[in-house]
Amino acid sequence: MPTRELKPDQFNGYPPEARKLAIANLRALQVLPLSFLPSLLRELVEYDYKFPAERTSLEREISNFNSLAPEQWKEWFGAFEKIQLSASLEKFDWINQPAQFVEQLSAHLWTTHQQDDFRRAATEYGNRLHAAVPPLEPFFPRLSIVVVGQGVSASEYPLFRKLRPHGALYTNVNPEGGLDTLLEFVASRAKAHPAKYGHWYVDGGQENPCDSGVACISYRKLEPARNQLLARIRKQSEMPGSGPENLRTVMSALRPADLHLEHSGDAVLARFELKLLAEGSGTQIFSTTFAQWAAREALRRAQPLTLLVRFAPRQRQRPMNEMLSVAKETVELDPAGSLVDADLGAYYTWLNQQRLTGAGQSSFLAWFEGRNIAIATGPAVPRGTVSSSPADLKQILSWTI
Amino acid sequence: MFEQIGRARTKPMTRFSPNTLDRGLSWSRREFLRDAAGLVLGSSLFSSSLWARSGILQKDRKVVVITFGGGARDQETFAPEGQENIPNLMRELIPQSSFFAQVVNRGILGHYVATASLATGVYETINNFASLPPESPTVFEYFRKDLRRPSSDAWVVAPSNGFNRIGESSHRLYGPGQGARVILPKHLLTAATKGTADYDHLLRDNYETPFFAPEVVGNEFELEQLRSLLKLSVDDFKTHALTLSSPDELSVYIVRRLMRQAAPSLLWITMHDIDIAHAGAYSLYVDGIRRTDRLCLDVWKAIQSEPEYAGKTTLFILPDFGRDSDEDSAGNGFQHHRTGDAMSRTTWMMALGPGIREGVVYDRPLDSTDLVPTIGSMMGFSASQSQGKLIQELL
Repeated sequence: MPTRELKPDQFNGYPPEARKLAIANLRALQVLPLSFLPSLLRELVEYDYKFPAERTSLEREISNFNSLAPEQWKEWFGAFEKIQLSASLEKFDWINQPAQFVEQLSAHLWTTHQQDDFRRAATEYGNRLHAAVPPLEPFFPRLSIVVVGQGVSASEYPLFRKLRPHGALYTNVNPEGGLDTLLEFVASRAKAHPAKYGHWYVDGGQENPCDSGVACISYRKLEPARNQLLARIRKQSEMPGSGPENLRTVMSALRPADLHLEHSGDAVLARFELKLLAEGSGTQIFSTTFAQWAAREALRRAQPLTLLVRFAPRQRQRPMNEMLSVAKETVELDPAGSLVDADLGAYYTWLNQQRLTGAGQSSFLAWFEGRNIAIATGPAVPRGTVSSSPADLKQILSWTI
Repeated sequence: MFEQIGRARTKPMTRFSPNTLDRGLSWSRREFLRDAAGLVLGSSLFSSSLWARSGILQKDRKVVVITFGGGARDQETFAPEGQENIPNLMRELIPQSSFFAQVVNRGILGHYVATASLATGVYETINNFASLPPESPTVFEYFRKDLRRPSSDAWVVAPSNGFNRIGESSHRLYGPGQGARVILPKHLLTAATKGTADYDHLLRDNYETPFFAPEVVGNEFELEQLRSLLKLSVDDFKTHALTLSSPDELSVYIVRRLMRQAAPSLLWITMHDIDIAHAGAYSLYVDGIRRTDRLCLDVWKAIQSEPEYAGKTTLFILPDFGRDSDEDSAGNGFQHHRTGDAMSRTTWMMALGPGIREGVVYDRPLDSTDLVPTIGSMMGFSASQSQGKLIQELL
């Protein structure tokens, strides 16, 4: 169906807030190209379950459509108009299944060698939008903290190599009470600068008690949901004719209730957890992947002021089908490999924070849990330096922020 | 309190166009190699003619192709911090090779379809996850038809069940029975061990979609040929398999048996261990690179030591494509190859053997599809429907 034929009642399947937003901006949506609009609807249909930062961003993007003069439309969307779609894509129910449409569009773009054109169009659109509607600055400088190395008795691995040029390496850190210090620090920031989903604690293992002002998720707490998901994946994959596309469709249709994720009464967080498990690659089987991806998605989507990520040992590599089975016995862990995973995870967390607004004022700390090595970056921290002076984490935080 | 540990290497982000970024990658790789492996910069203006003057009759020439499985990035391979992961490529193979620092894959970045594109010299558009043959003629079909070679002279050893149709195309002028024979070592092992749990670590399949393994039909290696062709008893096979640690090790074990017993003139090996990266565990991805590095040297040593191959074989090593860069926010770094950015499209290729200029790095851009016509020119057949161009530096 062409986008110009969009009608209000076609959004009846959308959650209430999303429907309201779509109908209020129907005119703008009607003139968007079909190669573009479903990507927007994929976000819009989730509006009711989005974090405040995402809601604001989506509202401002849609508002921008309404402010464009007719002559600007070609400049903004001309390249998308040139993308050739197949008849099956044009007939697809892209209003109610925008995510599935985008999946099929992606396959179509690759197959018809239009991926590069689409990528270019999307990049240009993003740049224009960024210039016209600059992302909002945080009201308080951001801080991310990454804790690595839980369960590692000794390691010669050269930690934080990628981060060292960007900050100060501390080699004589007093580890006593380090984790408590960090948790308390996060809680104190949440109390001092309360913001819904503005402060996060992600644990790749068993979580510690969490302050009520902090959004908390952990690999251990999600174990029942992970097992239910794995059971569903296995069942689906054993069905005749099942392939990756079918599996992906089934995963994208899941709701938090399907995995009993709504116990906390927080529908937004439950949806976030569902997406981590159902859409993340490897998050169901490796705790290090879960922690890294959860941190990445929390930063990208919630754009928090504070994030604490603690990595825990993942299971040792086993045959993939075995890892995807529901664990019946204690699995062997790989602390040394997990340290390497977490080290890169720390770097990726820093990178992802740097992609957000206020990067110039943001701070970052990574610490080898229970050990005397840490690294910090921030506007006040000299880059590419090393300090062997005795220090504890509280001091390092005070010098960093 | 602080001590400077080196000038900060950060600099303001520079926006590159895709083309300049491709060239940037090539330049970096070239400089890394010149520094670390002592390679000299080659000129594309002259053909080496070494191959033509090597004195090896065209009919005796053999070619082995290894796809450096699953794609790996510069920072884990050729960049200074990555070179520790590829000691065998750096110290043993690259100094003996002509190295092409900019091989661009302009096709679909899925492993099966990209490998099919490498093997046809055409950017294939088949479904990456379906059990389908390539649509364009494969290098194996050109080779066998033009040179009238038997099926035993062209083989593919592939790690994943999904690769079982790679040996021959659906093209009307070629097709069933005219391509390569395909060995799927894991399939062979499953048949030999009847699913014994001790071998599970060698049977991992398809990291991108772990549960998907297309039904294997048609041109697959039969178990009885283990004995008749590879001269290997089921018991010996099972015993040796227990000493191996990964699917790619199993593949190379089969390759060595195949070289010894059947000595095919055209042998294609696809590695896949590195693709564990999709599960997001960086340490396992790096382990995969190190293992693949070692296995490439193993194959080169086998070529040198097997009388049927020594002195008359060209070895090509190339990834099917790269992986996403850390800098592209649309991806998640090493984990996938989904963004289509320059890092995920731009790779390298090395060629070793008699008639190949040693210790030279070329930085002009090549297409992934250039491999097939170049093999054709070396061996004396025409890859008439390939989209690729001849790599003159190798001819």
